[in-house]
Amino acid sequence: MSKLEIRSPLPGTFYRTSSPDAAPFKADGDAVSESDVVGVIEVMKTFHEITAGVSGKNIVFLCDNEEPVMAGQVIAEVEG
Amino acid sequence: MTIKSVLVANRGEIAVRIIKAAQSLGVRTVQVHSAADVDMLAVKLADEAVNIGSPAPKKSYLNIEAVISAAKAAGVDAIHPGYGFLSENGDFADAVVAAGMIFVGPSGDAIRLLGDKVAAREVAARAGVPTVPGSGGRVADLTQAHEIAARTGFPVMIKAAAGGGGRGIRIVDSLAELDKQFPLASAEAAAAFGDGGLYMEKVITKARHVEVQIFGDGENFVHFYERECSLQRRRQKVWEEAPAFQLPQVVRQKLCESAVALAREVKYKGAGTVEYLYDDSTREFYFIEVNTRIQVEHPVTEMITGFDLVQEMLKVAGGAKLSVTQDDIRPHGHAIECRINAEDPLKDFAPSPGTISRLEVPEQEGVRFDTMLYEGYTIPPFYDSLLGKLIVWGETRSECLKRLRHALDGLKIEGVPTTVPLHQALAQSAAVQTGAFHTRFLEGWLDTDFACKDKVRPEVA
Repeated sequence: MSKLEIRSPLPGTFYRTSSPDAAPFKADGDAVSESDVVGVIEVMKTFHEITAGVSGKNIVFLCDNEEPVMAGQVIAEVEG
Repeated sequence: MTIKSVLVANRGEIAVRIIKAAQSLGVRTVQVHSAADVDMLAVKLADEAVNIGSPAPKKSYLNIEAVISAAKAAGVDAIHPGYGFLSENGDFADAVVAAGMIFVGPSGDAIRLLGDKVAAREVAARAGVPTVPGSGGRVADLTQAHEIAARTGFPVMIKAAAGGGGRGIRIVDSLAELDKQFPLASAEAAAAFGDGGLYMEKVITKARHVEVQIFGDGENFVHFYERECSLQRRRQKVWEEAPAFQLPQVVRQKLCESAVALAREVKYKGAGTVEYLYDDSTREFYFIEVNTRIQVEHPVTEMITGFDLVQEMLKVAGGAKLSVTQDDIRPHGHAIECRINAEDPLKDFAPSPGTISRLEVPEQEGVRFDTMLYEGYTIPPFYDSLLGKLIVWGETRSECLKRLRHALDGLKIEGVPTTVPLHQALAQSAAVQTGAFHTRFLEGWLDTDFACKDKVRPEVA
């Protein structure tokens, strides 16, 4: 079993939900498939969905909601 | 001049602009900034800088308490809000005054009155300014919405009474769509603005966006003529001109006089802009809204009138009478402003924060570059993508365009993709040269003409 990384494609502010009152796209421990949205990144007042890009189980987020992130930073890990 | 020191409650190019205007009047400047903006140009230029919080705007530039306490601690006389952020927040204006300082802008009451789109429309109507046919006020319910649509015809626009910046707008083409969108729009408006109130307006197709720069000292009111801001993408202005393209003189006069009438109606104090839709085919203009602040595109007005509007704001806020009468303001020549953004126009305008590796600004007659950039500066991802504004003046519009093409070629910004290639293509396009403007023109042009990549000479690899 290997660890797969999900990285932010852009620098900005990372959100785990689509809006402040919505439930997170994924909870820690969820399984994900490649096309699943795992978060949103706000860059210069525009919002971009982050898709997992990998399939696996037991996702663990390494970034908090509303945390500033750099491009390439690992946002979450899944077990592949 | 009673203002001896001013705190700049903003960032980016407008903060730089305000600092330079204040310094030229001998006013001490204090710049607030977020933790992400320690290296910004305005911080370097100001006499003093204060870190007021973390990168998220609501924790720094939108935090009223943090701004006011920084101002008190720095002992300034006044706060200039720039545009965006707290500039049109009536409660902030009141808080500045309550803390014993001058707010560089109109009163909190004036901001609230003109910021409520329905109330502003009523003020405009009282001042005799034509408004777009529509509800004329808040729409009570769907039944009333049906009556209004029957009167104005489709398409009709549903707008949030408390909205702004192009948000909360829906265009519907039929009764069925109206039935579906009306409750959704109300729910969205309630969620976004804490106010589910809606109003309705007939959609003026192929309208041009023309706006008048007004100024008041509370007793005297003038206009600095009009600007044209028809080139927009997703309701964000991209390119602005002064004067408006081939606006008949009689229309120009009526338009500008109506804006002054509105300013007089509310005893306006400071710089403001009255926005209109103008229909070329009928030569009718309609009031849309008032912006109670300095606008991004104010430099084109400065270039054709020769006045420094930000200096004038500081003087009037300090209690001075307007330094000019209407007869003193004589427009001359033509000016165009290109907004230079950190976006890649060849990749669907993807935002592009990053580090500026090279900056070369053309030194040319009639060219001005208002910017936040310097070589080595890293653009943070947390804010607007506006990097600067290239403003060019010429005796005539065609001379202005010629100078603009030259200036755009001489403007070298490297390290991040910018919208310079878009402006190069626009400045060469037949559509811009013949003035084929309306507010929905640019998006169509981007899909058809701009997609032809051979017309574009990218500046950044």
